[in-house]
Amino acid sequence: MSLIQNDFVIEIATVNGSGSQSANNIILRSLFRMGIPVGGKNLFPSNIAGLPTWFTIRANQQGYTARRENVDIFVALNPQTLEEDIPKIKKGGWLLYPEETKLPASAETSDLNKLPIPFKQLVDQATDSIKLKKLLVNMIYVGILGELLQISSEVLEKTVSDQFDGKATAIASNIKTLNIGRTYAKENLQSKGFPYRAVTIDKNVGKILIDGNTAGALGLLFGGCGFVSWYPITPSTSLVEAFASYAEVHRKNTDGTNNVAIVQSEDELAAISMVAGAGWAGARAMTATSGPGLSLMGEAAGLFYYGELPGVLWDVQRVGPSTGMPTRTAQGDLLSAYSLSHGDTKHVVLLPGSAEECFEFGQTSLDLAETLQTLVIVLSDLDLGMNFWMADEFKYPTKPFQRGKVLSADELNKAKDYARYKDVDGDGIPYRTLPGTQHPKASYFLRGSGHSEKALYTENSEAYQKVIDRLSKKYETAKTLVPKPEVIENAKANMGLIAFGSTSLPMKEALDTMESKGLPLNYLRIKALPFTKEVDEFVEKQSTIFVVEQNRDGQMAMLLKTHYPQAAAKIRSVLHYDGLPMTAQNIYSPLLNEKGLSL
Amino acid sequence: MSEVVAGQNKIGLTKSEYAGSKSTLCTGCGHDSISANLMTAFYQQNIHPHNVMKLSGIGCSSKTPAYWLNQSFGFNSLHGRMAPVATGAKLVRPHMLALGVSGDGDTASIGIGGFMHLLRRNLPMVYIVANNGVYGLTKGQFSATSDQEMQQKSGKKNPFHAIDICSLAVDAGCGFVARTFSGDAKQLIALVSAAFHHKGTAVIDVISPCITFANHDGSTMSYTAVKNKNHHLQELEFILESAESKVDYEEGTTQRVKFNDGTELVLKKLDSRSHDVSNADDAIVLLRNSRAKGEILTGLFYANEDEKTLVEVLNLPAKSIGDMNEADLRPSAQTLSNILENFR
Repeated sequence: MSLIQNDFVIEIATVNGSGSQSANNIILRSLFRMGIPVGGKNLFPSNIAGLPTWFTIRANQQGYTARRENVDIFVALNPQTLEEDIPKIKKGGWLLYPEETKLPASAETSDLNKLPIPFKQLVDQATDSIKLKKLLVNMIYVGILGELLQISSEVLEKTVSDQFDGKATAIASNIKTLNIGRTYAKENLQSKGFPYRAVTIDKNVGKILIDGNTAGALGLLFGGCGFVSWYPITPSTSLVEAFASYAEVHRKNTDGTNNVAIVQSEDELAAISMVAGAGWAGARAMTATSGPGLSLMGEAAGLFYYGELPGVLWDVQRVGPSTGMPTRTAQGDLLSAYSLSHGDTKHVVLLPGSAEECFEFGQTSLDLAETLQTLVIVLSDLDLGMNFWMADEFKYPTKPFQRGKVLSADELNKAKDYARYKDVDGDGIPYRTLPGTQHPKASYFLRGSGHSEKALYTENSEAYQKVIDRLSKKYETAKTLVPKPEVIENAKANMGLIAFGSTSLPMKEALDTMESKGLPLNYLRIKALPFTKEVDEFVEKQSTIFVVEQNRDGQMAMLLKTHYPQAAAKIRSVLHYDGLPMTAQNIYSPLLNEKGLSL
Repeated sequence: MSEVVAGQNKIGLTKSEYAGSKSTLCTGCGHDSISANLMTAFYQQNIHPHNVMKLSGIGCSSKTPAYWLNQSFGFNSLHGRMAPVATGAKLVRPHMLALGVSGDGDTASIGIGGFMHLLRRNLPMVYIVANNGVYGLTKGQFSATSDQEMQQKSGKKNPFHAIDICSLAVDAGCGFVARTFSGDAKQLIALVSAAFHHKGTAVIDVISPCITFANHDGSTMSYTAVKNKNHHLQELEFILESAESKVDYEEGTTQRVKFNDGTELVLKKLDSRSHDVSNADDAIVLLRNSRAKGEILTGLFYANEDEKTLVEVLNLPAKSIGDMNEADLRPSAQTLSNILENFR
């Protein structure tokens, strides 16, 4: 039997509310601490307790940590889903299940290694408490997997004690249970020929394992966000909750006052409106939401655009349309975000593709919002926001906050004739004043109705058009300020692939696979709208462009075709929109098939 | 403070420095009287326009902040969103005085959610509802405050119950709830002046007749109807802390509302009903009974200076968030490195 080191996928099926999350985290983080690149995906229902949930861990020493089809090791603690779970297991894969579970016929006919485990009997050794048994049973499989994979006891136990953060009783009972599982495996499963092994390597030096929502919250905390208003909605809720819990400590003054205001609003209409008021008054302000909330914020988005108010809207996308599938991932909000609101609007949109970028764009989004005096929409998604991503340790931001063109009373003294909406510098960005500025020229009346350069109400065609055309010019300026794309050129390639957001995770694996099969591609990952000149150049150079995205209609491809009509004929879509995180196979299979190349 | 010069208030400003742009509302619109009375209140209370944020939603009412205090900071926002916009602005600049003008459509229909939640959070601001019971800007449709059986010009009757903004406000925990009439300068100015000194949200429902669409015989909110139905609950006098000329009222005929800054509103009983403005239950019963009688009761209905404001709940520092920068908002490098330890 040949051993397979540091390359396996584990999936654990449970019901939600059963406490399996911490057990799964312990396995994931222990592997991470052994220096093995990992990724963790939690597939959960829009429900509090009792519905099926799956957690997938991928360990891969080449750094391919995206979701992968074909599970190697499946822990089946939810008999209800067993029938649909069996086909997910790879031929020759391993199935661990409670010994009393009656396996479906498909399990008998599949090529599977079956390990029935006496979970009940084992957890009985750990505790007499019925309530605790339900939670501790998860630690049995942690112990068994720990032994099978040869994860060191030291690492596992340290991770358990960090997970339960100093709670001595919880730590002791969990470690005890873990070792019951471990001992059982040692005594009963050693002869079964289990081939997978976790071996300590050094691939994770300087790395952290984090979800994009927490990363974004930290970015906003260190990026100077002073005002947050939000309405709870999956999957954006954890971003604001993380921000609030950090701010509670790190924005607290010694006298107990807070250098931040966080308001849970009555709805998304109010959330974005509060951000409008706060941005107008001089705060670096943001809201977070998801699909349905984005739609509700549409009207206010137009006010930000036309009234030239700074603000950040962080949209953690989920599956639509309508309520859709709140706990599944997608990139379907791109077009609505881009042109959110009625009338002529086009927004600056940031597209983070990693946890590092969620952190970085925390400050970047606030800087751009104030510099450009407009709404900046950050489009994350559930996969990036709520799953576990490896990241380089975040760099402390040293760049000062970019506060944009704000005139103080002194500066107003020097200004000859100040007009709020006048383009003085030729970049389409006017000067603004903040409420409370003690100067007779400081005041202006902000409105979403037609206004002149002097911020006066107008229904005059010429005055209206002057402002709306300047806004277009400002959008041109935005092209020079937004994050530039990631470009990886391949000397052997004349075709290119464009992607954005969480699609970045499986991309290296997909590109490597395609190259090895005879399809080398140049790669560009867009990080923002409007498109920068690097995108212009990339589009120009490729003979064919595959645009990979997670929505049904190819929204990014549509934008590219509109912006580069001369290239429209060479733009092709590769689409994935079943709500599950993208895999490398989702990318390379259709492309290799089309080119007549086989795996 | 310098000597008071004739034609100037105590901060040395003339009344013309409280003016705004020329009104574009219909001649005779009740809202223009509100604007004139607001200007007087700001002038009399020595509030510098530079320290005022004036906010509004959409509608005839919401146009009015353009017609007064040109040197204050105005935000004419979205239909029904004055309350949340004001919330964001005020929390970022708590030292500024926030005054919002909304209408009955803006407050009691499209913005009713924001209105109620503003009140339960007790944001420090003055909230004026210019209430004419009609959608003026779209030419005369009924609003949520139109009285049942009120008629449009065409004779069409309103089949629905009216929403009473004052009862709603009391129920939501608002600590300053009053009603007045746009043309009643004395009462309106006294109420607004007192509202400036209230620590939380002050709601003033100002009945303000629409001269164009609701000033006919079938309207229950015409100038004539308001004149006939207006009953003053109290005579009001607002007294600054330093005022020397305190009138001595006869024992038992007045109630005093004391604000935290030492100012007072003296309520001199006018009506046969005895009403204690510190009792919220009584205020609701009073409002229900007066509506049932078909009268328009004006005066202060409820006052409470004890509730925490949103600024207090959030425990905001003396320095405004709007004035904060890196030193206040960016934690240290060591903090980041400590936080990241949890993700290894």
